[in-house]
Amino acid sequence: MSTTEAVSGFRFRLATVAAAAVITLTACGTAGPTTGSTAAPPPTANLKPPTSIGPGEGKLSLIAWEGYVDRTWKSPSIASFEKDTGCKVTAKYAGSSDEMVTLMAGGGSGQYDMVSASGDADLRLIYSGDVRPMNTDLIPDFKDFQTYFQAPLYNTINGVHYGISLQWGPNVLMYNTTKFAVKPTSWGVLYDPQYKGLITVPDNPIQIADAALYLMTTKPDLGIKDPYELTQKQFDAAVALLKQQRPLVKKYWPSAGDEINLFASGDAMVGAAWPYQTSTLKASKKPVADTIPAEGATGWGDTWMLATNAPHPNCAYLWTKWVSTPQVQAEQAVTYGETPVNTKACAAMETLSAGSCAQYHANAPGSYFDTIKFWKTPIATCADGSKTCIPYSQWQTAWTSIIS
Amino acid sequence: MSVEAAGRPRKAGGAASPLQSMLWRRPWLRAFLLLLPPLGWFVVIYLASLVLLLVTAFWRINDFTTQIEQVWNLDNFRTILLDPTYRLIIGRTVLLAAAVTVTDALIAFPFAYFMARVASRRTQRMLFAAVLLPLWASYLARVYSWILILNHTGLLNWTMQSIGLPAPNIGYTNIAMWIVFSYIWLPFMIIPTYSAMERVPESLMEAAADLGAPRWRAVRDVVLPLALPGVVAGSIFTFSLTLGDYITPVLVGGAGSTFIGNVVYTSVGIANNLPFAAALATVPVAIMAVYLIIAKRLGAFEAI
Amino acid sequence: MALRFWAALVLLFLFIPIVVILLYAFNSSNIETWPLPGLSTKWLAITWSDPDVQAALVLSLQAGLAATALALVLGSLAAFAIHRASFFGRDVISLLFILPLALPGIVTAMALNSFFHFTGVTFSLWTIVIGHTTFCIVVVYNNVIARLRRTQGSLIEAAMDLGASGFQAFRDVTLPLIATSVVAGGMLAFALSFDEVIVTTFTAGAQNTLPIWIFGAIHRGQQLPEVNVVVSFVILVTIIPVIIAARLTGGSGIARTSSGR
Repeated sequence: MSTTEAVSGFRFRLATVAAAAVITLTACGTAGPTTGSTAAPPPTANLKPPTSIGPGEGKLSLIAWEGYVDRTWKSPSIASFEKDTGCKVTAKYAGSSDEMVTLMAGGGSGQYDMVSASGDADLRLIYSGDVRPMNTDLIPDFKDFQTYFQAPLYNTINGVHYGISLQWGPNVLMYNTTKFAVKPTSWGVLYDPQYKGLITVPDNPIQIADAALYLMTTKPDLGIKDPYELTQKQFDAAVALLKQQRPLVKKYWPSAGDEINLFASGDAMVGAAWPYQTSTLKASKKPVADTIPAEGATGWGDTWMLATNAPHPNCAYLWTKWVSTPQVQAEQAVTYGETPVNTKACAAMETLSAGSCAQYHANAPGSYFDTIKFWKTPIATCADGSKTCIPYSQWQTAWTSIIS
Repeated sequence: MSVEAAGRPRKAGGAASPLQSMLWRRPWLRAFLLLLPPLGWFVVIYLASLVLLLVTAFWRINDFTTQIEQVWNLDNFRTILLDPTYRLIIGRTVLLAAAVTVTDALIAFPFAYFMARVASRRTQRMLFAAVLLPLWASYLARVYSWILILNHTGLLNWTMQSIGLPAPNIGYTNIAMWIVFSYIWLPFMIIPTYSAMERVPESLMEAAADLGAPRWRAVRDVVLPLALPGVVAGSIFTFSLTLGDYITPVLVGGAGSTFIGNVVYTSVGIANNLPFAAALATVPVAIMAVYLIIAKRLGAFEAI
Repeated sequence: MALRFWAALVLLFLFIPIVVILLYAFNSSNIETWPLPGLSTKWLAITWSDPDVQAALVLSLQAGLAATALALVLGSLAAFAIHRASFFGRDVISLLFILPLALPGIVTAMALNSFFHFTGVTFSLWTIVIGHTTFCIVVVYNNVIARLRRTQGSLIEAAMDLGASGFQAFRDVTLPLIATSVVAGGMLAFALSFDEVIVTTFTAGAQNTLPIWIFGAIHRGQQLPEVNVVVSFVILVTIIPVIIAARLTGGSGIARTSSGR
């Protein structure tokens, strides 16, 4: 598929997401950071980003998903980045968007410089003033990014960029190939009593969307169109499904490493995962594989955002510059199992692992992009303007009652 | 009194300076000055933060930005008391704490009896040291060790399978939590029980024997009631430490192992809902306050 | 004898996990299964040269030494004050000093965390030290006051009768009597601080002490062979001061203060 088709696919998504976002921002009401009928700008909107990158400050403190600051990357490696820029990288790994938002409280509280936030965290970070605008001119590879990811609605507001897009990908169904000789074709395997005690799913309220996604196919009469915009009836159905699943679950994994452990020791045989877990387990010769079942998948689009009180902003820009180059984009994509935003990364991916460009849809993202229901923060206002959808805080309370 | 000291000319008013005399005559002043730094530390830092925490329990957070809004409300407490989820979590935690306490009491009692009344003096000292050592050997290390023992490919499964029994597979279950907690807090139960038993005079046992009681009867009717305060003292530790812990549930527990500690930890570290976490944290404190009152009645405080 | 057998079983129960983890530190493979495929010391070198572990170790040592020093001063002062004087509120103050260890760790941790947030203090080594000092004071206080209760006050008075000034009496009579309990309290405080994880997690910023590093690594399931080595190291570092403290106090002080972790 050509880039123009891909772009038009994005444009359609852009329209729907735009409508939702604009309504979000204008109608948050008392529950959100805006009041009244006009959207108030984010608190840090007037912080002018620098026009050039100064000298490195010697250190860089990142909040990242596991696999996003990977010292097994070979060329270029993080060690080479540290040597070239003098910025010593330390990473704090978070297992969920909620955790990232919490860690970034107080603009990173002077401790953290950047966060690799997913779409469901971005707006929350922006509107609480924890991240500040970034200057895309300082990132030479920005012009090679796919158009949609240059200004996606979750990190660009009124033309102001609050971060630089990084990579994106789906949540997958991971399974033990010795237990499942035939690849599972439906998410239903996670709700099947036959596999009691062998199932693991993320400990994350956003999982309710995955249940809703499954219900879109199995219970179409519920009328779910968007798994993040659920009416009370649809929400209750998703929660009921998850409560039925609870006795079958071995453990709810709070971080990628936890799930890797569960599969490595054989305590879990099937579960919802990120491609990172599969690729890490395969690297240790464990019999696992992953797939996207027929019902489709939820997913995430990640952005490197700059903390408002970042102590090392120059190193932060140097890092963002480095991570946007085709070679590093390719390395990260192939090691983690996700899709890079830099269109030039495809060739580099092929040299690392033949066929990976097609496998992760790096050169034909349009239709693939549409099959993924990207993480976004559920809010009370639905796409059609009505205010009957369930906001995220209720997702969190419901989640606690599901897993307890 | 030495001759030199007697012969040496004395300063008028004694060797003490006026300041020292004043301090000596007014012990409360001396105490006050000595107490100022540590008390100041405690009041300014510790007490103030506890009060702040309690106050925070009455606030709430903005749903979208998760920043604390200083709006007085009872929502947090209402949720904890009315939502069945939290009743379940609290009930589960209390039940586990009770199970751990009973288990440790049952394990500790015969051991403490052996230590106090049967073992020789030398063995007693060795046993005492042996019990204290694991206690001080890194808490995290011991919990981690159990993860390795209990998981799918760990020591327990392998041992059971080697002797022909099916693998119990208790990794990441509430049973695992019960075992690990009982293990970690066992020395806390052994030590006060042993101290209490040691204080039972041998003459009482001899008197019981003189009156015709067999050994077990003497233990039941003489040692047990006198050692009970020690057991209760130990139970204070096992109960309270289980009630507030989150490390073991997070590392060792599985689905359905959500305890008060887990919810507090995720409320603060992940949901950034400090007011709710603060409200929930008052529950173990309240439970322990009641427990301590009962324990005092049973004489446990003298046995610590 | 049944009792002897039971005692042996209990001892086995107490020590097997410690032995297991020490064995795993020498595991030749990087997969945590039992039985161990073989023994090797290779992980010792790898762990020692890991920069994250080194940074965590340095931070743990800094925090431990600073907290112990502060606790020694404050705890001893408190013990002296409470011991001799009887004044209004003395019992309340005694109770206050026990609180950090009596309250669940997470309550103390959250309280300090919200205090630092509220006052806008940046999380750093010093917030960690403040947290540690608060409960280390209790440990030192317990040890010193236990010893003070065992010393006869008449000794001080006798010294002063003999012509010693207050300071001389303190230096020549009191100090030698309590010296070992102060050292013991300091050792226990250091051991406690070195192993502490709950309060530290909530009072640290982006820094890691060794226990935080361990907890994160276990949680993420990464670098487990290194965790085995680090954990064994922490066991040794916390046991040795305790053994020394036991020697100095004849065992009594430790039992009474053993409600910390």
